[in-house]
Amino acid sequence: MNLAYYPGCSGLGTSREYERSTRAACTALGVKLTDIPDWSCCGSTPAHALEHALSGALSARNLVGAAKVGCDTVATPCPSCLSNLKTARHRMADDGFRAKVGRLLDQPAEKLADLPDVQSVLETLVTRVGLDAIRAKVRQPLAGLRVAPYYGCIMTRPADVMRFDDPENPTSMDDLLTALGAEVVPFPYKVECCGASYGVTRRDIVARLSGRLLGAARDAGAHAVVVACPLCQMNLDLRQTQVEWPGGRAVDMPVFYFTQLLGRALGVPDAELGLEQLCVDPAIAFRRAAQAVAARQAEEAALAAKAAAKAAQAKQAASANEGGRA
Amino acid sequence: MRIGVFVCHCGSNIGGTVDVPGVAQVARAYPDVVFSSDTMYACSEPGQAAIVDAIREHALDGVVVASCTPRMHEPTFRRTVERAGLNRYMFEMANIREHVSWIGKDREANSNKAAELVRMAVEKLRLNAPLYPKSFDVTKRVLVIGGGVAGIQAALDCADGGIEVVLVERESTIGGKMAKLDKTFPTVDCSSCILGPKMVDVSQHPNIRLYAHAEVEKIGGYVGNFKVDVRRKATYVDWELCTGCGLCMEKCPSKKSPDAFNEHVGVTTSINIPFPQAIPKKAIIDPTSCRQFVKGKCGVCAKVCPTGAIRYDMEDQVVTEEVGAIITATGYDLFDYTRYAEYGGGRYPDVITSLQYERLLSASGPTGGHVKRPSDGKEPKTVVFIQCVGSRDRSVDRPYCSGFCCMYTAKQAVLTKDHIPDSRSYVFYMDIRANGKMYEEFTRRAMEEYGVQYVRGRVSMIVPQGDKYLVRGVDTLLGEQVEVPADLVVLAVGAESSHGAPQLAEKLRISYDNYGFFMESHCKLRPVETNTAGVYLAGACQGPKDIPSSVGQGSAAAAKVLGLFSRGRLESDPQISQVDVRRCVGCGKCITTCPYGAIEWMELRGEMKARVIETVCQGCGICTVTCPQGAIQLQHFTDNQILAEVNALCLS
Repeated sequence: MNLAYYPGCSGLGTSREYERSTRAACTALGVKLTDIPDWSCCGSTPAHALEHALSGALSARNLVGAAKVGCDTVATPCPSCLSNLKTARHRMADDGFRAKVGRLLDQPAEKLADLPDVQSVLETLVTRVGLDAIRAKVRQPLAGLRVAPYYGCIMTRPADVMRFDDPENPTSMDDLLTALGAEVVPFPYKVECCGASYGVTRRDIVARLSGRLLGAARDAGAHAVVVACPLCQMNLDLRQTQVEWPGGRAVDMPVFYFTQLLGRALGVPDAELGLEQLCVDPAIAFRRAAQAVAARQAEEAALAAKAAAKAAQAKQAASANEGGRA
Repeated sequence: MRIGVFVCHCGSNIGGTVDVPGVAQVARAYPDVVFSSDTMYACSEPGQAAIVDAIREHALDGVVVASCTPRMHEPTFRRTVERAGLNRYMFEMANIREHVSWIGKDREANSNKAAELVRMAVEKLRLNAPLYPKSFDVTKRVLVIGGGVAGIQAALDCADGGIEVVLVERESTIGGKMAKLDKTFPTVDCSSCILGPKMVDVSQHPNIRLYAHAEVEKIGGYVGNFKVDVRRKATYVDWELCTGCGLCMEKCPSKKSPDAFNEHVGVTTSINIPFPQAIPKKAIIDPTSCRQFVKGKCGVCAKVCPTGAIRYDMEDQVVTEEVGAIITATGYDLFDYTRYAEYGGGRYPDVITSLQYERLLSASGPTGGHVKRPSDGKEPKTVVFIQCVGSRDRSVDRPYCSGFCCMYTAKQAVLTKDHIPDSRSYVFYMDIRANGKMYEEFTRRAMEEYGVQYVRGRVSMIVPQGDKYLVRGVDTLLGEQVEVPADLVVLAVGAESSHGAPQLAEKLRISYDNYGFFMESHCKLRPVETNTAGVYLAGACQGPKDIPSSVGQGSAAAAKVLGLFSRGRLESDPQISQVDVRRCVGCGKCITTCPYGAIEWMELRGEMKARVIETVCQGCGICTVTCPQGAIQLQHFTDNQILAEVNALCLS
C-alpha cells in the first residue's frame, strides 16, 4: 500500500494540531505517509457551490499528483477535503464530466479515468492498520476517560459516495477509542451538524446546534468530545464560550481530535500532539478521568474489604459452630 | 399449400405508422399465398368471420395474421381457424404492433419490416404440420401453501367446492399475520373474532388435511399431476395425543424462549401454544431454549402431560402428497427497520414496529391489551407514528408502496385514543393512501373525531432525551422543522417478500420480481395465474395486500382451481420435444440439461436412447439446442422451421 497524504489547507492553519497529531500517530504506528508534491486546495465549499467541474478539477489535480508519485490511495484527515476528493472521483465515472475536467486541467480525459482511491485517516487506521494492531501498540491506555465520539455530518454521508461505516450511526471511531482504553458514552448526535461555516455569517445557528451537541455530551456523562473534523473542532472548542448550553453555561468540555488521543495512548509526547493549542483546557478531561479511576479503585477496594469481612465472619461462625459441637 | 394472410390495422395502433394495405399487397407475392387482405380489427367478430369465410371460399389450409403480440390473441385466432375446419397449429402470427408500429415512427421502414415479418411467418407456416393434443387424467386435489387469511380462504372455497385440500403451514398454527392483529380497518372489528371461525372451519372441514409446522420440500410433476414432498418438522409433541390443555406451559421452567407470535415483545415458555385461538391448538417445543435439549435434563413437561404426548426424540418426517393444482399463499414479512440507524436501528426499546404495537393493543398479547412501554412499563401519553419505514424509499431498495400502512396507522392511532383517552398521537406521513371502500372516510375520522395530529413530512432522526424520545422531522406544509417529545414511537414498517419466497418460487418453477414477490401471468387480466400451468397465487405473496384483497384473491385462486378440475381430463400442449431415435446417439446431454426432468432413458434394441415424457415437457427447447445430433426437435419450432424464417429474412 502506497499511501499519499493530503493535509488540506486547514491543516496548515486552524487545525495545525490535527495535522501534527496525525503525522505523529502514523509514525508511531509505522504508517508511511507520502506527501503529494505541489498539492493545492481542494476548492472547499466555494468551488463546488459555484461549479462542479471546477471543484472536480481542483480535486483531480491533487489525485493525479498522488498517482504520479506512485500512490494508490490518498488519505486525508479533513472530512471536507475527503468529501470533495471522493465526490470528484465519483463524478469522474461520467464521460462528459471527465472531459470537462480534462479541459480545465489541460489533460487528456482518459488520464483521469483511473484515479487513486480516497479515504479518511480514520478509515486508513481502522481498516488498513486494524484495531488489533493498534491495541497491541497502546502504551498508555486512556483509562477512565469517558468520551463522546462526534463524527460530523459529512464524514459518512452521502452514503453512496463516502462508502464508509454506517451513514447514520457510525462506530469506527467508537471502536478505535475503545481499543485505546477509553469508555465511549452513548451519543445520539454522532452525525448531527455543528453549524459548520455558519459560524461566520449566522453565529446564532452555530450557537444553537453546537450547544445542543455539547449539552448532549455532558448529559451523557462524557469527559470530552472527540472529533475528526477541523471545522467541528473549531465550533465546539473555540466557540464554547459563545454557544447556548442547554441548562446553563459551563465551559469545561475539552474537544480533542481523535488523533491526539490516539497519539497519547501510543505514548507520543504531548508536545508533538499540539494539545496546548486546544482552547478548553484538555487537563480538565484527564483530571476527571483520573478521578473516575480513583473512585472506581476505591469502590473496588471497599467491595473487596466487605467481601473479606463477610468471609472472615462466615469462617468465625463456622469455627464457633464446630467448637460448640466439640 | 394454400395460405391466407390477414394484415390488421388495429385502428390506428398499427395503421398509424404502417402502410397496412401495402403490406397485404406485397404478401400476395409470397410463395403459396393465395389470398391476402387488410382488416381493421382482426380479433373482432367481423374480423374473425372474414378469416373463416376466406378459409372456406379459397380453400385455405394455413393462415397468417399480422397484428399484435401472440401472448394475448394467438389462442383467439387458433380457435378461429379451428372453427373453419383447420388444425389449430396451421396458423402463424406476425407481431407488427409491439415489434413494429409501437416502436418506430418511420412509415416506410416500418412497412418494410412488417412485410418481412409476414414473409417469415409464411415461410414457417409452409413447414407447419397439424399437431394434436393428448389428454390425461387429473388428480382432483389441491395443495395450498400458507395458512394466512388468503390461504385459509382458498382452502375453504376449494374444500366447499368438493375437492380435497392439503394445507401446508410453516408455523405451528394457521392464521398468519391477521391472527396477530388486534383490530382491522376500516370497521375496527376484532381481528381474531372474524378470523377465528374461519380457522376453526379449516380444522373441522372433512376435505382439508392440515400440515402445520411443515414446509414444502420438493415439487415434481405438472399440472393435473404434481407430486409434493412435505417436510413435517419435529414438534417434539405427539399431536395425536396433545389436547392443548396448556398444563405443560404452566409448569415449564424455561421461560425465556423468543416469543415470535408476540413479535418478540417479551419472552415465552420453551413449550408453547402461541395463542388461545391457535389452530391446531397443540403445543410445540423450541429446542433452542428447552432445558431438556440445551442441558440434557429437565423433563418437566413429560412428567406433567396428562396424555403423555411429549416426544423428545421426535424427528422430521417427509410425506408425499399427490395433487392436481397448487395455490401459493405464503404472504409477506415485515421490513427490518434496524436498517434505519437514524431511527435507532434497534437500540431504543421504545421505538417499536407497528406489529409489535398491535400485540400491545391486543387483549391476548403480552400486556393483556394494556399499552405499556417496553422499557419501563409506563403508559405512554404521547405516541408518534412514523409512516413509510421501508416503503417508498429507494435508499433501502424498497421503492414500492406497501399499500396498507396508511390505514393500519390510522387504526392504531384511533385505538391509542380508545386505550388511553388522555393521550396524544402524531402521524408523520408522506401521502395518505386510502383508496379502498370507506378508507378515506376512516382516516378523516382519525383526524377529526380522534384528534390525531397528521404531520406531512419525514422524520430525520429519533434521539433519546431523558426518558422520552425526541422525534425530529419536517412539516412540509408549514415549511418548518418540528420536534415532538414522544413516550413511544411506532414505526409503520412496510411489507417485503416472505423469507424463502424465491427458493419456493424455484421449486414451483414460477417467476418472482426483484423483491421476491411472485409474478402473476398478466398484471391485469391474469392476476392469480402464474406462467406455470396449475400454479396459482393468492394474497401478499404476489405483492403487498390488505385483508379484503387477500381474501378476494384466495377465492379467485380457488375458483381457478375448481374451474380447472371441472374438466374430467386435461389436454397437453403438443408443442413439445420429440426424439428421432435413428439420430439419437444416447449421449444423455438432453437429460442433464432439461430443467423439468422431462427426458428419460429408454432401451431400444440394446441401445440407450433418450425419450421425452410428453406430459412433463414444457416445450422450452433447451434440449434441442443442446443435442449435438439435432436428434431432439421441438414440435412447431423445428430447426427447419426456424431456418426457413432466417432464410426468409436474409433473402428478402
